[in-house]
Amino acid sequence: MTNQTYDPKDFKNDVAVRWCPGCGDHAVLNVLHKAMAELGIPPHMIAVVSGIGCSSRLPYYMNTYGFHTIHGRGGAIATGVKVANPQLTVWQISGDGDCLAIGGNHFIHEVRRNVDLNLLLLNNKIYGLTKGQFSPTSDRGCISKSSPYGTTEDPFIPAELVFGARGTFFARGMDVELKINQEIMIEAAGHKGCSVVEILQNCMIFNNGIHNRITDKAVRANRTIHLVHGEKMLFGKNRDMGLVQDGFGLKAVRLDDGDYTIDDVLVHDAHCQDNFLHQQLAMMDGTNLPVALGVIRDVDAPSYETDVAVQVRKIQVKHRFKNLRDMILAGDTWERK
Amino acid sequence: MLGKTNVKFRQSIVVRFSGDSGDGMQLAGNIFSSVSAEMGEIISTFPDYPAEVRAPQGSLSGVSGFQVHIGHGVHTPGDECDVLVAMNPAALKQNVQFLNKNGVAIVDIDSFKEIDLKKAEFKTDDPYKEIGLKTQIVEVPMTTMVKAALEDSGMDFKSQMKCRNMFALGLICWLFNMPLSSARRFLQHKFGNKPAVFDANCKVLKGGYDYGHNIHASVSKYRIETEDMRPGIYVDVNGNKATAWGLILASEKSGRPLYLGSYPITPATDILHELAKRRDLGVKACQMEDEIAGICSAIGAAYAGSLAVTSTSGPGLSLKSEAMGLAVMSELPLVIIDVQRGGPSTGMPTKTEQTDLLQALYGRSGECPLVVLAATSPTDCFHMAFEAARLAIEHMTPVILLTDAFIANGSSAWRVPEVGDYPEIHPNFVPEEKEGSWHAYSRNDELVRYWSFPGVPGKMHRVGGLERDYDTGVISNSPENHQRMVNTRAQKIANVANHIPELEVKSEHDGCDTIIVGWGGTYGHILTAYEHLNNAGKHLDFAQFQYINPLPLNTREALSKYKTVIVAELNNGQFATYLQSQIPELNIKRINKTQGQPFLVNEIEEGVIKIMEGK
Repeated sequence: MTNQTYDPKDFKNDVAVRWCPGCGDHAVLNVLHKAMAELGIPPHMIAVVSGIGCSSRLPYYMNTYGFHTIHGRGGAIATGVKVANPQLTVWQISGDGDCLAIGGNHFIHEVRRNVDLNLLLLNNKIYGLTKGQFSPTSDRGCISKSSPYGTTEDPFIPAELVFGARGTFFARGMDVELKINQEIMIEAAGHKGCSVVEILQNCMIFNNGIHNRITDKAVRANRTIHLVHGEKMLFGKNRDMGLVQDGFGLKAVRLDDGDYTIDDVLVHDAHCQDNFLHQQLAMMDGTNLPVALGVIRDVDAPSYETDVAVQVRKIQVKHRFKNLRDMILAGDTWERK
Repeated sequence: MLGKTNVKFRQSIVVRFSGDSGDGMQLAGNIFSSVSAEMGEIISTFPDYPAEVRAPQGSLSGVSGFQVHIGHGVHTPGDECDVLVAMNPAALKQNVQFLNKNGVAIVDIDSFKEIDLKKAEFKTDDPYKEIGLKTQIVEVPMTTMVKAALEDSGMDFKSQMKCRNMFALGLICWLFNMPLSSARRFLQHKFGNKPAVFDANCKVLKGGYDYGHNIHASVSKYRIETEDMRPGIYVDVNGNKATAWGLILASEKSGRPLYLGSYPITPATDILHELAKRRDLGVKACQMEDEIAGICSAIGAAYAGSLAVTSTSGPGLSLKSEAMGLAVMSELPLVIIDVQRGGPSTGMPTKTEQTDLLQALYGRSGECPLVVLAATSPTDCFHMAFEAARLAIEHMTPVILLTDAFIANGSSAWRVPEVGDYPEIHPNFVPEEKEGSWHAYSRNDELVRYWSFPGVPGKMHRVGGLERDYDTGVISNSPENHQRMVNTRAQKIANVANHIPELEVKSEHDGCDTIIVGWGGTYGHILTAYEHLNNAGKHLDFAQFQYINPLPLNTREALSKYKTVIVAELNNGQFATYLQSQIPELNIKRINKTQGQPFLVNEIEEGVIKIMEGK
């Protein structure tokens, strides 16, 4: 860390941003500049790595180190960057196609390894750059150019993959929730391990309004809940609704009709090692239970690149070889005079 | 069976240990080659693993072999063996084809019972006759004697039998005048922390040696000439280990930390194994989730300033193609090791071939040139791995190093380089005078992009797979600029020719109008054939390529003076095709083989004679 303070424009460069007008990516980019300024990590210590897709253009708009790579491989490349230099703060920018279709394997493995990366998964449930095909997060029946009669497959829910891969950090935001996004980006950067941040995001051109069911101003307060560690799980315009335990699951209740009081409402514990309730929260879909935003899970676990570096140091200290020759001479050799 | 001991003076001798995959033949063979090397022999070895991981005991598919060639003028593990050790009937049946007709077969007669013969699919009770074995056979009751030697050891029968390989080794040591003391030292190294196992193995080793002495077995007892070599410290290495070590030296000489991203694949996995051990030298070797992650994590490490490497074999190289394109486009240093095996597809994973050359040269989308090198022997793997890293770092390009199963698993005595034998490697960092005008795709006079990486203040930049403007490094779709960048990337690779050695032509007679040419791991076989042919009055010259793209600067001059250029390679003519495309005026004739096996020297000789006689 440094004592120097930064301004969002220190992380911005003068490259013209090329996303469509109204695209949710613009908002994410601006918030990322702000979050980085607040984090105070110097730009030269930051690497932003992306794959292919609309969102993967993001590194070009950062005044940090940046690597725009190939489709689906951002996770593997970011892993190499972080292992090679654990001092760096590494961000991976990906979309639902890049991360969960072609890059699905790398995604689950970077989560499993718990590489200390901050992964922004911009989920608009569609392929934008290739002009409108369904993605692995598109809902069953999604009509798109490559599914003119509707898809016949179920989507991935990113959180479910994260938990399946024993993820240590999962947060969710929405392109329109700037404050929450900034908060979870900062939390993600602070988490030592693979921090997956899903941001529900709108594609004006090919999937306009896909998240309207929860993002519309009129319903947003009732269909989403902003979870904060240590705080009661309250939602609704007047924060008059809450989540309570109901047998083996969760239930949304009103606190103003006499059946439940504030004491019944659960307190969010993002740091609980057991991920059972985190999963329940992350799977709420806005139908009977509000979609969970904020940091849902954030637990400590060893991070991959740190353990590699620690092991290397330990083994080096144990053997104290000066160089290759020294190592070879310590083994089976003979001399010819 | 008994008779006087003959002493033959031989230039070299080939011993093949064979047995069930659990019989420890690789260990016996390895120790014998190490002991021989220590005694001053030139050695060349060839492990022949079974195709199946765990075939049924005693079955034909479970036979494992290890061939050692020791002596003078040794370049290959030998086509045929002089001594064949067969621990069971299956091993004898599978390996009798390699035994030369003046050779000797040594068998454990205790394992030639009816049930054993049946497992090896013999149909009669006379196995020797059935497989046409007419050479001298030494029947040794190894099982009985090992059991007797370890009677008081307290070991169970199964553990006792694990020492049987040492009985065979002891007998072979006696046959070739190798002192047991050094064999014991290698055992000490292996079993040092298990004193009971060490003692048992030593006891059995001595038992085998004494048995040979006591019965004066009527095997011709070869005494081997030794060859002088340069003074220095020597160690026995196989090609994969040498490759790993070459990369480590390059890391030391360049000051760039070594990163390996890899995924297990036969026959390249030992590079991953060795580098994983080398955390003691600061190496970060990571086994990734797949071949693509292997190379991609390496590209990430290269971007972050490491000497980055990925190791694989043919099918893995296919998977890495797109990522190699990214490394070409983002102009990052990267070493890709391809230990070639029999292909296509899964093919013959444990067998050797040179069939990935055109894939290495051309197997990517777009105009995508990179440097291609090939190693000629197990020890040359060290040198060429160093070279691959040197060229990658100094020229900011991916480099593919082609080795093959034959040299990767074969071993030789190798002189440990002295400090100063290898040059410093100079990364193309941004020079001070360029600080102001520098952008991510700025280049030096040789068109090499300057290297800066995350962590360096003031040099923040973006790279990637999209085409860049030559002058600014910003993304560009300009047609003229794309042409210029394609040409620039090609010329950058062509410029590498100024930094590699010239092609060396071997010649024993002036004025030859024929030259035989090879590349990579066929060196030993072609060299031997070349020597034999010249001795036999068939005069021709010889050159072996290690630098394939770009070719050495003198290649055209060196080859175009010959009426006939014979290209011998373990594929259907890939290098011949490439060479013809580079130097169209050459009259190229081809010797090709794709059987998953190295050339036999006499195959090359016959091929050359046919071509020379115009048949």
